[in-house]
Amino acid sequence: MKISREDVLKVAELAHLGLSPEEVDKYREQLDSILTYVEKLNELDLEKVEPMAQVLYAGSGDSHPELREDVLRPCDVAAPVLAEAPDAAKPFFRVPRVIEK
Amino acid sequence: MSAPTAWTVAGVRAALQAKKVSARELAAEFYGRIDRRNGELNAFLTLSAERAYAQADRIDAAIARGQALPPLAGVPVAIKDVISTRGIRTTCASKILGSYVPPYDATAVERLDRAGAVFLGKTNCDEFAMGGSNENSAYGPVRNPIAPDRVPGGSSGGSAAAVAAGLAVAALGTDTGGSIRQPGGYCGVPGLMPTYGRVSRYGLVAFASSLDKIGPFAANVADAAAVMAVIAGHDANDSTSAAVPVPDYAADLDKPLDWLRIGVPEDYFGEGLDPEVKEKVQAGIALLERLGCRRIPLQMPHTDYAIAAYYIIATAEASSNLARYDGVRYGLRVPGSTLVEMYRKTRERGFGPEVKRRIMLGTYALSAGYYDAYYLRAQKVRALIARDFADAFQKVDAIVTPTSPTAAFRLGEKTSDPLQMYLADIYTVTGSLAGVPGISVPCGKTKGGLPVGMQVLAPHFSESRVLQIASAFEKAGGSGA
Repeated sequence: MKISREDVLKVAELAHLGLSPEEVDKYREQLDSILTYVEKLNELDLEKVEPMAQVLYAGSGDSHPELREDVLRPCDVAAPVLAEAPDAAKPFFRVPRVIEK
Repeated sequence: MSAPTAWTVAGVRAALQAKKVSARELAAEFYGRIDRRNGELNAFLTLSAERAYAQADRIDAAIARGQALPPLAGVPVAIKDVISTRGIRTTCASKILGSYVPPYDATAVERLDRAGAVFLGKTNCDEFAMGGSNENSAYGPVRNPIAPDRVPGGSSGGSAAAVAAGLAVAALGTDTGGSIRQPGGYCGVPGLMPTYGRVSRYGLVAFASSLDKIGPFAANVADAAAVMAVIAGHDANDSTSAAVPVPDYAADLDKPLDWLRIGVPEDYFGEGLDPEVKEKVQAGIALLERLGCRRIPLQMPHTDYAIAAYYIIATAEASSNLARYDGVRYGLRVPGSTLVEMYRKTRERGFGPEVKRRIMLGTYALSAGYYDAYYLRAQKVRALIARDFADAFQKVDAIVTPTSPTAAFRLGEKTSDPLQMYLADIYTVTGSLAGVPGISVPCGKTKGGLPVGMQVLAPHFSESRVLQIASAFEKAGGSGA
């Protein structure tokens, strides 16, 4: 067994994801099966292989040839953005209290 | 009942210029078709008639004034619901964005708008583009228009089905591990995945940022090329967008295939490939040879590891990208007594089972103690797969494979076992990991009448070659064989 019930609960906590007890059992079983399959990556000798961090410019020495000039541009979007918020008090997003008195 | 007109980009243009139809009448005709078929197919989640008619009226006014028409003038298009559209609800087929209306257009959408396209609406897909059957939509599955008891493929199932059923002339989809090519294959329409960075991702709701691409579906290859010509090119709003000049795809379409070297990887024709699909694709390759290509056998030794690497990398990136859905800035909020409780409840109720599964897998793969064993290993294997492609393209000009191991499967057939669903992506995830362009072109039908797709892959930024091969194949009758 690759993954325990406790592992699933720990990962759900890291991901801020509420799960029902049935989901915990189901995901434990399914993740176990997927992680067992993924073990085949261990068959390869990867000692001397560099990880692929860039799709197009791997190894070219210049990972971001197309970065734009750092110039200010107008960005007047606060009103339409706040209009999509579940709870906004302009100019803020309102959330449950984080700091106790 | 007579068959409805099979509209094409060129056909729309000619009819508008000859004043046989107005852009408004054409939009209305397509809304009529959608009205008749969408109840069964569920290809569209949101219709955007107000914007569509405004766009159509602009084209009709331009025609009345005798102005030159932009390249996609009046062409009715559908847009996958993971791509942002200003003023048009964009749900990502998720409950967590059930009523989200973006304040801006994605760059690809803005370019279609400028090119004169008419936006019919937003198409159904797997939730956040995660899936290969469109059964992971929070708004119900899409049915395959060719065989309504079967899936259309996924994740861009609604876009593929809309084009295949004649409910749109072209559509935008997105491809992360096969989500354009596979539904294109299952529904019998061409679907093009561009090179990574060829089409801006600005405004595409992120799933796996190092793999996501926007690309077109159309009823024929020339129309896919016409849409590509509009959406391709550098965009300062996407730092991974490539500043590589965009060639004239239409002009390259009719170049002869003389002496093109077609690589056929033996690893793609082995165990797990349906015999009828194999026979069709082999016949397709034989047709390409008759058209002047040379067939060259290839070894791509790391193919067998692609799915494992893909599902670690894609889920790791997804777990990070989907952290933004927390009930604070947009979308669903489920109240909680603390901030963290609000996050947990919002995400529990807002995400569907496959999205939760991938967030869990990705979070696990990135968590302390497992990063080296999973994510880092997967990134190294990705480098090996990219090297397989680079080596192959030293010897061949393009690679031809089946798009998928089987034709479209039945609704519900694979939903109980996520791993079996993932394994069906075997022929598409390799090109996704390497970042190369690929098309699925229709390659005949099985005895049961189900479309088969043939995949053509080429080196980075060689969309022209992919389109050229697919177009020659289509014109030689390969798609209908």
